[in-house]
Amino acid sequence: MGPAVGAAVVEFRNVCYRLDGRLILDNLSFTVPAGQTLVLLGRSGSGKTTALKMVNGLLFPTSGEVLVEGRPTIAWDLIKLRRSIGYVIQDVGLFPHFKIGDNVALVPRLEQWPADRIAARTGDLLGQVGLDPAQFLDRYPRQLSGGQRQRVGVARALAADPRLLLFDEPFGALDPVTRVELQDQFLALRGRLAKTSIFVTHDVREALRLGTHIGLLNGGKLEVLTTAEQFVESRTQEARAFLASLAS
Amino acid sequence: MRPDLAHDIVELTSEHFVLVLVSMAIACAIGIPLGIFLTRRAPYRVPLLGFANVMQTIPSLALFGFLIPIPFIGGIGKRTAIVALVLYALLPILRNTLTGILGVDPAVRESAIAMGMTDRQLLWQVELPLAAGTIMAGVRIATVTTIGTATIAAAIGGGGLGVFIFRGIASVDTVQILAGAVPAALLALISDGGLAWIEKRFSAA
Repeated sequence: MGPAVGAAVVEFRNVCYRLDGRLILDNLSFTVPAGQTLVLLGRSGSGKTTALKMVNGLLFPTSGEVLVEGRPTIAWDLIKLRRSIGYVIQDVGLFPHFKIGDNVALVPRLEQWPADRIAARTGDLLGQVGLDPAQFLDRYPRQLSGGQRQRVGVARALAADPRLLLFDEPFGALDPVTRVELQDQFLALRGRLAKTSIFVTHDVREALRLGTHIGLLNGGKLEVLTTAEQFVESRTQEARAFLASLAS
Repeated sequence: MRPDLAHDIVELTSEHFVLVLVSMAIACAIGIPLGIFLTRRAPYRVPLLGFANVMQTIPSLALFGFLIPIPFIGGIGKRTAIVALVLYALLPILRNTLTGILGVDPAVRESAIAMGMTDRQLLWQVELPLAAGTIMAGVRIATVTTIGTATIAAAIGGGGLGVFIFRGIASVDTVQILAGAVPAALLALISDGGLAWIEKRFSAA
């Protein structure tokens, strides 16, 4: 049973993160209700990736707490927490010694699903991200293009049907045409699967296209948090700087 | 060739081979787990690698000599020779295990952790397969070096092909020296080739 629509899947409560005396996250508080796609937008070093890594327990707050489904990440069994959250990163991080099929099947295999169910799921997922299973299952990551690899990355994140998906600039390293194709894929998948996601990017165009909500991070502070439609009306200096990049 | 010389060559070569094999088995059994341990415990890296480095810098004849007076592991004979050879072989195995595992693409490691792999799963399913080629390269370097160094074991009664060489030097007998040196060189070449083949097979990516 998933949480009711609108219930907070993720909640940040006064989260600060300090590294070597530097304040990376400065008192972040926000909630991500079920079904929402929150895009965390910001420059390099604004703390957006750090915030994302707090959700699946790759990092922990110095003070404050991050709650996933109402429970603080420090109280979760981390292995269980991570297996219930899909994670897609810019460098994809496919296992080079695993075939595509085995890469996608990673979490189901860790969760010891029966082999026939894993096989069915893997084929189905590759189809969902637009890759022909017959053609790709037995290939190795190095035989794929960057865009294809990231499709596999998305399929891997979806494999165990997680409630929550985290994306860390997943399309940042792709050429503009492929990036748009993958953004379309993302929107199509969201329409079909209705997942909650947090998506990190520095590309305001991508933020407006993919987010239902946008949170603007500036120097570790959450400066703006609105719906995507209202974001274009934001008047803070940083928001205007980002919006100005739209015109160029 | 005198038939007794041929007989001695076979005997000492196999003695040499066993000496190397036992030393390498022990060095791997210590070096690989210790290398893995060091990937998890950064503060121990400098002192332990430093120790292995120092062992390598001690001239081999001196190291064999140093070990003789030490109780339990020392004395005259094979045991002392094996201890010395293990100490020599340790560095390349330790260092390559460490660099091999630390050399795994950070994005791959991060994904593995973020997908919910336990540390053990990360090690066995990701890090060791991807580092296997580098680790095997370390084992290969250590093996070839050990085959050469093991000739000195004869100086402290460890046997092996060094017996020929020391005897040859003492009696200024080139044939004796060659009877030790040539099989040792062949042994090194064959081991190098064989291990290179295994290394290739092990290199997962």
